[in-house]
Amino acid sequence: MVSAFRGQSPVRSVVCMIDVTQMIEVRGLTKRYGRVLAVDALSFDVMPGVVTGFLGPNGSGKSTTMRMILGLDTPDRGSVRIGGRGYRELGWPLREVGALLEARAFHPGRSARAHLTALAASNGIPASRVEEVLGMTGLRGAAGRRAGAFSLGMAQRLGIAAALLGDPGVLLFDEPVNGLDPEGVRWIRDLMKSLAAEGRVVFVSSHLISEMALTASRLIVIGAGRLLADTTVAELSARSASLEDAFLELTASTAEYRATGSPS
Amino acid sequence: MTTAAVTHNEKHRGHYRFRHAARMEWIKLRTLRSVGWALLIALAGMIGIGIAAGVNTRNPRGDVTNNILAGGALGSLVFAVLGALVMTSEYSSGTIRATLTAIPRRPLVLAAKASVFAVVALAAGELVTFAGFLAGTRFLRASVPHPALSQPTVLRAVALSGAYLCLIGLTGLALGAIIRHGAAAVAVVVAGLFVAPLAGLARTGAGKFMPELIYANSLVATQPVQGFTVSPWTGLGIIAAYTAVLLAVGGWLLASRDA
Ligand SMILES: Nc1ncnc2c1ncn2[C@@H]1O[C@H](COP(=O)(O)OP(=O)(O)OP(=O)(O)O)[C@@H](O)[C@H]1O
Ligand SMILES: [Mg+2]
Repeated sequence: MVSAFRGQSPVRSVVCMIDVTQMIEVRGLTKRYGRVLAVDALSFDVMPGVVTGFLGPNGSGKSTTMRMILGLDTPDRGSVRIGGRGYRELGWPLREVGALLEARAFHPGRSARAHLTALAASNGIPASRVEEVLGMTGLRGAAGRRAGAFSLGMAQRLGIAAALLGDPGVLLFDEPVNGLDPEGVRWIRDLMKSLAAEGRVVFVSSHLISEMALTASRLIVIGAGRLLADTTVAELSARSASLEDAFLELTASTAEYRATGSPS
Repeated sequence: MTTAAVTHNEKHRGHYRFRHAARMEWIKLRTLRSVGWALLIALAGMIGIGIAAGVNTRNPRGDVTNNILAGGALGSLVFAVLGALVMTSEYSSGTIRATLTAIPRRPLVLAAKASVFAVVALAAGELVTFAGFLAGTRFLRASVPHPALSQPTVLRAVALSGAYLCLIGLTGLALGAIIRHGAAAVAVVVAGLFVAPLAGLARTGAGKFMPELIYANSLVATQPVQGFTVSPWTGLGIIAAYTAVLLAVGGWLLASRDA
């Protein structure tokens, strides 16, 4: 992991009631897959206490950035710090960072309970916490069944249960409302807001500006892997007739670039 | 829910260790249905082939023990496939991303997975070979000698047969880590174990280095086999070396590739 920016890391004595030691610091993050430059010199901070939306058109690099934050993909350049450390340096990763990734991350033949119990054991989390998160996500009745038979909404809840397992101070959600019914969308929205209100870092990606308008207060907007805006929902909506217009204006140039520059 | 910020400091003291990774891998292994099925197939195969070989052994001067342990070929295939699937199912299901976010030190993940699998595969391997041997000897004709576990060479042959299954299972797991795709990993295992000897290479000097030939001519042989000079323990060492090299390559690739 690159540690070059340790010397120039932002001053920590921010006048604030919440614990900023858990912030996510992304610096110069760059990732190329063959001819596709998925993430391009991206830098931003995610602060605790508010829901931060991570917004960008399809293929703009949101999932890639999330995977790099979690140490799953190695950046070509740049670095990510969570509370001052790289993900791979964390002592008990699941107790510090919880993540819901875009794709399913459990075996279809295993039960939800078995999946969560295995993860809990890896980070010294008591088994009682597994029952707690099953209850919180409404999965207790289905916990003994093959997770492969879960509906999209139940699978999403299992992913969220896994993210909450270690009661972490930092939470990442990649497209959490994808494919959910209105009730499920509302539930996730309220959950994210309450997690942020407890002083946690909550970083949520979406390509739906309307959803982010209801959930997030801060916004990181990217297009073609580059930072387009580091702003608030209020600021962005003041720029145009509507928040959606402002977003489309912001991303228009990169969308064009993608349409002509994409190898596919 | 507790307030994360308040508990931040005392909550994060310490670090996950090998035993945490091993506990996770143990839970994952015993909650995969395919593990139980595979071991049941191996058990049925070793017993079935052991009995068939016992009934059909007629030569009183032949290697009776070796005949009865002929099921090791099928057993090794089952163990290799199981080992490969234990690893590749992490990729096909996406579980690997949960695993690596829980334990980001990747060589530790593979070491824990391989260790847990090795313990289970060794116990299961010995169980199925001893069961196959005992079943096979019960069906021997009166005209052929009846090998017994009290004879050191017989005991060694049966014990090494079980160890062989464990090592081949681990080789499958290592190939799964290298290739990451179930069907492709199984194809490579089958090619390495069975196609290479059939491809006419068996009669060349290379035969000494082929696992299935080492198994049949050395590990489970209680009489010297003409033209095969590898001793049982050297044979086991050669196979263990393959396993170790493949596991090291798998660990290195796991650590260096994107998940
Ligand atoms: N593993 C990979 N191999 C090759 N290319 C990849 C890989 N992952 C992502 N990409 C490419 O990188 C770019 C960014 O993809 P990414 O999935 O990060 O976008 P996204 O913002 O999450 O999109 P969406 O809103 O559709 O989820 C895309 O062009 C994608 O095709
Ligand atoms: Mg995505």
